[in-house]
Amino acid sequence: MKILVPVKRVVDYNVKVRVKSDGTGVETNGVKMSMNPFDEIAVEEAVRLKEKGIATEIVAVSLGIPACAETIRTALAMGADRGILVETDVELQPLAVAKLLAAIAAKEQPGLMILGKQAIDDDMSATGQMLAAFLGWPQGTFASQLTFADGGITVKREVDGGMETVALSLPAVITTDLRLNEPRYASLPNIMKARKKPIETLKPADLGVDPTPRLKVLKVVEPAKRKAGVKVADVAELVMKLRTEAKVI
Amino acid sequence: MDFGLTEEQELVVRTVRDFVERELYPLEAQVERTGELPRELGREIQDKVLALGFYAPNIPAEFGGGGLDAVTFALLERELGRTSMALNHWWFRPSNILCAANAEQRDRYLLPCVRGERIDALAMTEPDAGSDVRGMKCFARRDGDDWIVNGTKHFISHADVADFVIVFIATGEEGSGKQSRKRITCFLVDRGTPGFEIRKGYNSVSHKGYHNCILSFDDCRLPSSQILGEEGLGFEVANTWLYATRITVATMCVGRARRAFDIALNYAAQRKQFGQQIGKFQGVSFKLADMITSIDAADLLTLSAAWRLDKGLPANREIAQAKLFASEMLARVTDEAIQIHGGMGLMDDLPLERFWRDARVERIWDGTSEIQRHIISRDLLRPLGA
Ligand SMILES: Cc1cc2nc3c(=O)[nH]c(=O)nc-3n(C[C@H](O)[C@H](O)[C@H](O)COP(=O)(O)OP(=O)(O)OC[C@H]3O[C@@H](n4cnc5c(N)ncnc54)[C@H](O)[C@@H]3O)c2cc1C
Repeated sequence: MKILVPVKRVVDYNVKVRVKSDGTGVETNGVKMSMNPFDEIAVEEAVRLKEKGIATEIVAVSLGIPACAETIRTALAMGADRGILVETDVELQPLAVAKLLAAIAAKEQPGLMILGKQAIDDDMSATGQMLAAFLGWPQGTFASQLTFADGGITVKREVDGGMETVALSLPAVITTDLRLNEPRYASLPNIMKARKKPIETLKPADLGVDPTPRLKVLKVVEPAKRKAGVKVADVAELVMKLRTEAKVI
Repeated sequence: MDFGLTEEQELVVRTVRDFVERELYPLEAQVERTGELPRELGREIQDKVLALGFYAPNIPAEFGGGGLDAVTFALLERELGRTSMALNHWWFRPSNILCAANAEQRDRYLLPCVRGERIDALAMTEPDAGSDVRGMKCFARRDGDDWIVNGTKHFISHADVADFVIVFIATGEEGSGKQSRKRITCFLVDRGTPGFEIRKGYNSVSHKGYHNCILSFDDCRLPSSQILGEEGLGFEVANTWLYATRITVATMCVGRARRAFDIALNYAAQRKQFGQQIGKFQGVSFKLADMITSIDAADLLTLSAAWRLDKGLPANREIAQAKLFASEMLARVTDEAIQIHGGMGLMDDLPLERFWRDARVERIWDGTSEIQRHIISRDLLRPLGA
């Protein structure tokens, strides 16, 4: 089975993000960029499936500026076999990403696509679901455990109420939650091999997709600074304040 | 000229940094508090690094090592330098001098070191012979095909965990009068060899948990087959194989300094006095400017010396310059990082006081600053006949 794993280049999770002075987004200039942590989990899961003999080939896909090739290289160093870079300067939104990935899936015919449940930059949590809809495939989102049996896959999902288990037929779309696995470090032999693994570069037009954004960002602002709290004398005052000032009860 | 890293180098740096931050930083406090790193914990680190295929990265691939070039190795060492010696030395870089081993020695010493089954240490220094290594008194007398060794070595790093030690020993003298010099021979000495003892050394202010030892030889009998290279050619073997690894101290100083700097930079941006961040006072901000400038300078000096090694260019002076500058830079940077923190900088709640203590040894071991200046100036003056 072939597994396709999309990997996104995002601001590193350790970086304290700053809003650009013109309010159009966050500063990425000179900022450390890394693979979206949920995508690392996706790559790790795919590599484990290959080690177990369930997967035969892992293709890492990234979409965006040429520097996204670095993110693909990281996936290759973790154990992916080859990469596809869809190169564009256009700001990519989930809908466009889902369409592009669906087009790649049509070309590559994978048995499984494993995505991060969300990217830590804009936290949209939409791509996997839209992709499944475009492909007409079953989806197992927020996965914390995958089990393969009888040509299908059982997915344990983390939902608000607890754990839900769903059984999917293949091909399917999976999105990863934090507890699915702990991603490995790239090994030195794999780092050295990564360079020799091929990365194919495509343009959105090659896939017949128009990636023009449909959503418009009006303004990006820093979260409001938290003000110091107040002390209340007793429960009665607390309830009163919640009712009259906070207006939450 | 290209100052950029290759994709492999980027990945090596990232992987080593991640490993050091996630696996080793959390163990630092324990090592500092107890002054010990339990052997089992060391073994765990070894196993993790072995699994990553990152063990013995300096040893050529034909012997099973990582086979990194000098620049990539320097980058790796730079990241390892961020954390305590007591921890990072378990990411073993067996001495390159073992590559001089003959076929039989290779199987017994080099290959087991690369596989993480044996640990080496290296001994030159003696109580009466430090910078003047050739003045060593440890002596081996020939007895048939054997050698009988007597003498003492001290300051021998991590010999407490070593399975064997690469020891430099005088085996005679050549020339006469002022021209006379000792013949130095390099021996491989197994722990447990009768007449050879590895004893606890001194307590050092730097690098808690990374111990130095005293080695004593009391009529210790070694067969000639324990000689690495040839009798009398110990320093030639050392110069051939240890030349490049002299850059290690410089790289580690750069990594350590960057970590100290980041802590100081963040503090300067947060700590408020007189109603503003202290980083807004020029007295503090200019310190930061000087710190980062000297760190970058040391980094470039080090990497360019490594680059010369890869290009096969002479690098003796450049390596000495990198070691000298980087170790003195680290002393200044850790000192200023503490200054920026005020009193809190001295407390062991922060790692700065130990970075500052650790920094002290860097100007001494692997050739003191004075000896580096000697190497640099001789390199310049000798061709002029001075
Ligand atoms: C913690 C630690 C670990 C070590 N680990 C090892 C190890 O694993 N293996 C090993 O073999 N050695 C090891 N060493 C030894 C280290 O390399 C020596 O300490 C170093 O070479 C200096 O020798 P010394 O301490 O005897 O000082 P000395 O040589 O006695 O120097 C004293 C002072 O005189 C100065 N001086 C000496 N000669 C000159 C000169 N010609 N011109 C100007 N100034 C001069 C020196 O710079 C220094 O300031 C270690 C040392 C330490 C502290």
